[in-house]
Amino acid sequence: MSSNSDKGDILLEIKDLEVEGFSDEKWHDIVKGVDLTLRRGEVMGLIGESGAGKSTLGLAAMGFTQPGCRIRGGEINFDGIDLAKLSDVIKRRYWGTRMTYVAQSAAASFNPAHRLIAQTTASTVRSGAKSKEDAYQDARGLYAALSLPDPQNIGERYPHQVSGGQLQRVMTAMAMSPRPDLIIFDEPTTALDVTTQVEVLSAMREIVETFNTAAIYITHDLAVVAQMADFIKVLRYGKQVEEADTRSMLSTPKEAYTKSLWSVRSLEKEEQKGGQSFLSLKGIDASYGTIKVLHNVSIEVAKGTTVAVVGESGSGKSTTARVITGLLPQTAGSVEFDGKGLLKSLSERKKEEKRRIQMIYQMADTAMNPRQTVGEIIGRPLEFYLGIRGTQKSKRVLELLEMIELNGNFIQRLPGELSGGQKQRICIARALAAEPDLIICDEVTSALDQIVQEGILKLLMRLQMELGLTYLFITHDISTVKAISDQVVVMNQGEVVEQGQKTDVFQPPHPEYTKLLLSSVPEMDPDWLTNLNSGRREA
Amino acid sequence: MTENSDNYSAAGEVGAVLEKRTFWTRLKIDMKKSPWTARFGMLIILFYAIMAIFAPFIAPYGEAQVFATPYAPWSSEFIFGTDQIGRDIFSRLIYGARNTVGIAVATTLLAFLIGGAFGLIAAIDRSYIDQAFSRLVDVFMAIPSLIFALVLLSIFGSTVLNLIVIIAVLDSTRVFRLTRAVAINVVVMDYVEAARLRGEGLGWIMRKEILPNIMPPLIAEFGLRFCFVFLSIAALSFLGVGIQPPTADWGSMVRENASLIQFAQYDLKAGLTPLLPASAIALLTVAVNFVVDWFLHKTSGLGDEQ
Repeated sequence: MSSNSDKGDILLEIKDLEVEGFSDEKWHDIVKGVDLTLRRGEVMGLIGESGAGKSTLGLAAMGFTQPGCRIRGGEINFDGIDLAKLSDVIKRRYWGTRMTYVAQSAAASFNPAHRLIAQTTASTVRSGAKSKEDAYQDARGLYAALSLPDPQNIGERYPHQVSGGQLQRVMTAMAMSPRPDLIIFDEPTTALDVTTQVEVLSAMREIVETFNTAAIYITHDLAVVAQMADFIKVLRYGKQVEEADTRSMLSTPKEAYTKSLWSVRSLEKEEQKGGQSFLSLKGIDASYGTIKVLHNVSIEVAKGTTVAVVGESGSGKSTTARVITGLLPQTAGSVEFDGKGLLKSLSERKKEEKRRIQMIYQMADTAMNPRQTVGEIIGRPLEFYLGIRGTQKSKRVLELLEMIELNGNFIQRLPGELSGGQKQRICIARALAAEPDLIICDEVTSALDQIVQEGILKLLMRLQMELGLTYLFITHDISTVKAISDQVVVMNQGEVVEQGQKTDVFQPPHPEYTKLLLSSVPEMDPDWLTNLNSGRREA
Repeated sequence: MTENSDNYSAAGEVGAVLEKRTFWTRLKIDMKKSPWTARFGMLIILFYAIMAIFAPFIAPYGEAQVFATPYAPWSSEFIFGTDQIGRDIFSRLIYGARNTVGIAVATTLLAFLIGGAFGLIAAIDRSYIDQAFSRLVDVFMAIPSLIFALVLLSIFGSTVLNLIVIIAVLDSTRVFRLTRAVAINVVVMDYVEAARLRGEGLGWIMRKEILPNIMPPLIAEFGLRFCFVFLSIAALSFLGVGIQPPTADWGSMVRENASLIQFAQYDLKAGLTPLLPASAIALLTVAVNFVVDWFLHKTSGLGDEQ
């Protein structure tokens, strides 16, 4: 990739931009004076944790603010036009034609009632840039360029008839259709599986290069941004931390904060050999209605170890957890816990058995009742399982809060007043309150920023050491697996593909699927995607 | 490695901590931002409430006190005249607030208790029980409720208790549907699953996990449902099977004095008399709707825009 200067004229120049949002009866600063320069054909990576203001800045680059926000000051100079001063009516002429936007969740952004091709070309046709026939023809070309299957006819389908990864690519085609000068990608691959992510990333990169479009790529995944961007800007608390071209940013970050972002992936755990079997699944079959989702799944978990279950969405990893907890009774096979067989359904199991197996969910937001305070959430298992009440209970709640590195100030808070990481910590405390032996962690870190992820993983490891807990850790993120697990189970389409000690599983030779999965995990090397694609093309 | 991570600490992470406000300060902020329609509505409701509670102290005469002259004209002695057997209409209007509104509130509460409980159970169950309740409700809703109520009241007799129970049961069908519909969205949340995993009973899940999260639509529905209940009671009373004499009630007052409207060409005030209880009903309905509109606007998030 080339250096900044020879890419062409300045397309977008933002000076001292300030955006504020209204909440709780006050105006709060979201973006506090950020400068930005983007030339034609350049891709800028914008990274930062949630709440850093990166999405707000991305939208503001189009002169747009979300409801409840407003631009307070600064200039947004887009090709000679100051967007900060124009009214929405005038800006609408540029939106969807000269600048376009690719949202994080394609599934939620498409209108389910219209065919894909009509949505792809809507703004192009509306603006009168192309006739309907020309725009449709062009869209089919874009589908081909984005390596969608059957590009001539896929546009005739409705959004629910294609997969998530395909939908994300159709959305990129939509953004590309009017041949914009600028595209904003707002976390476009975050919701995708790794093997799909690779395809979408390659397609996006190729099309941006082909049409020499300028783009802003917003993400919190450093490895992804390394593949896409010419230069990277790091944001924190609405301010710029650092900006540099991708290679020097990766090799020699200057600021402490940037370094800490980079170091997250170096977390490692000493592998423990599995001892006596603590939880064992034998030949489990399970189905939702008539659809069979688990086929002969057998997993062994030793006491005091962490077993990571890896797989993509639909591989049956969460279903396995539902069978263990008794939410979904299996149709065949047995679950043994601490030497005793567990009954199939939840209502038949004893309270004591329920207490010993606790679960932590992926979305801490929905795992806590928004109308209960932290004190009530953590206090309930104490009261319910252990019969602890009154001052004993408040004392124990405080102990648990300290155990997860929070303090007494949090007791009266509602879940809505916590950050993502704090929410997940409260969920961990709720599980700990029951004094369990086995904790099932269902994608507990995948909704969190990397630096927060690291904190949560460290906490889980420390708790394991102190309390001798056993974890069944469900995840799709290979770097998390490397960091935390002792044994690894790879699942695909309801079957166990590979199972064993971490070092064995990560050493070749691999079964076909494990190989694909492992090679699809982005690495912090700007050439990784290029090498991978050329490697795969040869093979 | 983490020492230099810009002093990361879990407790220091930024959450959108809301300022702790007492109920009264929050109420004050809400009231300040309320539109005039809502303020008008609340004022009217407050006025009715005072009338209902302090009726014996405000009304100049007793509810069933009979005077010598029936159909007396408006005068300083009888502000709105007297009715067909010589009872003071002004006093009966004030007592009517107590009876009509009181019964309507009791009926609506009962309707919510029945409809809400069964709606929650159906939403949690989502199988046989849900099917049984929902189809039963379909059957009830297929029969026009006013006629159904008329039939039931003539079978069981028009006592106040029967009136409350019958209208409550008939109206609970709609509450059931609403509760079930909104609760279904909450039942699928992970925290409900977490409560189930913990082994919590049905009562806890209904009261603690689901109910607090579906309150706003239910409160709005309570206001609207109250209006409908109120109107059906008035209609039934007008038809003669509702609240029975001598209890003062607006619906029957309209019926009893309806013939006076023919005399409007001779004495305008006498013609207005039957319209007084009718407008009392209309005014309260409009007022409640104003307040409900505002509440819905506020809780639906539409109110966040400036």
